[in-house]
Amino acid sequence: MTEAPLRKIKTNDPSGQDRPANSTLIETQNLSLFYGKSQALRNISFGISERIVTAFIGPSGCGKSTLLRCLNRMNDLIDNVRIEGTVLIGGENIYSKDVDVIELRKRVGMVFQRSNPFPKSIYENISYGLRLHGTKNKSDLDGIVEKSLRQAALWDEVKDRLNSSALGLSGGQQQRLCIARAIAIRPEIILMDEPASALDPIATAKIEELILQLKEEFTIVIVTHNMQQAARISDFTAFFYMGELIEYDVTAKVFTNPAKKQTEDYVTGRFG
Amino acid sequence: MQTHFEQELAELKNKLLTMASHAETSVTNAIKALIDRDDELAQKVDADDAIIDHLEMEIDEMAIRLLAKAPLASDLRLITVAMKISQNLERVGDEATKIARRVQDLNQEPQLKPYVDLPNMAKIALQMLKTALDSFVNRQPDTAREIIPRDKEVDLLNKQLHRELASYMIEKPSTITRCLNLMIISKSLERIADHATNVAEEVVYLCEARDIRHGG
Repeated sequence: MTEAPLRKIKTNDPSGQDRPANSTLIETQNLSLFYGKSQALRNISFGISERIVTAFIGPSGCGKSTLLRCLNRMNDLIDNVRIEGTVLIGGENIYSKDVDVIELRKRVGMVFQRSNPFPKSIYENISYGLRLHGTKNKSDLDGIVEKSLRQAALWDEVKDRLNSSALGLSGGQQQRLCIARAIAIRPEIILMDEPASALDPIATAKIEELILQLKEEFTIVIVTHNMQQAARISDFTAFFYMGELIEYDVTAKVFTNPAKKQTEDYVTGRFG
Repeated sequence: MQTHFEQELAELKNKLLTMASHAETSVTNAIKALIDRDDELAQKVDADDAIIDHLEMEIDEMAIRLLAKAPLASDLRLITVAMKISQNLERVGDEATKIARRVQDLNQEPQLKPYVDLPNMAKIALQMLKTALDSFVNRQPDTAREIIPRDKEVDLLNKQLHRELASYMIEKPSTITRCLNLMIISKSLERIADHATNVAEEVVYLCEARDIRHGG
């Protein structure tokens, strides 16, 4: 397995201080994935530390989104997918037969490229998942809705219209609502698949700032096409090409002095 | 509330100011060591240069990491200017070290003459440096511009001192070693004023995106 690369990492923390790498939360071992006969992931073995931001980068079709979706078994929903190898979260193989996928997805939340709020009120968007998982008490729900919206830096903008339709929010607000919805059920891990690629620069900056705050509490894995974004928000970066993990290191290293020529060519825009 | 990026920029700025304060202290100490004929203080200046060198490397590393995040406009200028200012401060530290080494050499022999011009040059050079750095902190391009002509005063004092020391050497060859040491110190102070001028020019660039170097 490729360990989280260094014992001491330069984090993206403003203090610029080194800190010991956190312990590994997610680990893949010889993970391969096939769509029918075509192989999308090739023997991926690596570990992701808890409570930091890890970015997956690489050209389209390199397997980064496929890998992300392996981490909460979203690929189960696609026909004709075959997976080999293991994915451990907190030491537990999430592909073993006795794993409850609903429970897994509660632990591993997801935010997609296009915001996908339910066609319901802002309040219900957040409370729906909570009620599904058994929280019924109104004042408990109110409290969690407010906390989640605050954590998603959305509360001030929506507190006076919680009962209005979520579809009336701007694209950036909808995306933050989806993040609020994901964190409401207190997952350990949040997977983000290009969460800001459909947003304007201001909305993108808000999402990025939010991610930097959320990592205090959650482990975040993000797929992004925007390399500067990866440089701004992630602590570790993994570069994928043709289904292989080419390079995985501290973000500052990947973007200033990558070890592999393929990474260098990609981050300098020479291919991809 | 500051964003993470703003906090990182603030951290870069703080590190630069720490470096500036070390550089200023080294120059002050080097001149004090000259006047007081204090070998110990001169040795301290020499030893402290490593701190300044290290800060230069830290600032460069931070700046490169920040540049990878694709900052724009005044943020972009701040980072590139920080790298240039740190380089100038590192050179200021080197000049202080040079002075300190000459002082230790000078202290082997009796003092040639009472020092008047050198403390005066040091005072102007340090004031220029301090004002340039203040104008950086407060983003005052006009203040930065005002100090640039003062470089000429230091140049003039340096030339004047060179002439004076040359006449000493002609009159009394036994003073040659001491005179050469003093010339080097004078030249170092002149260079420190040059670095202060460079810093001031960078401040104008930071604030106005205007390049005023080389008569621009």
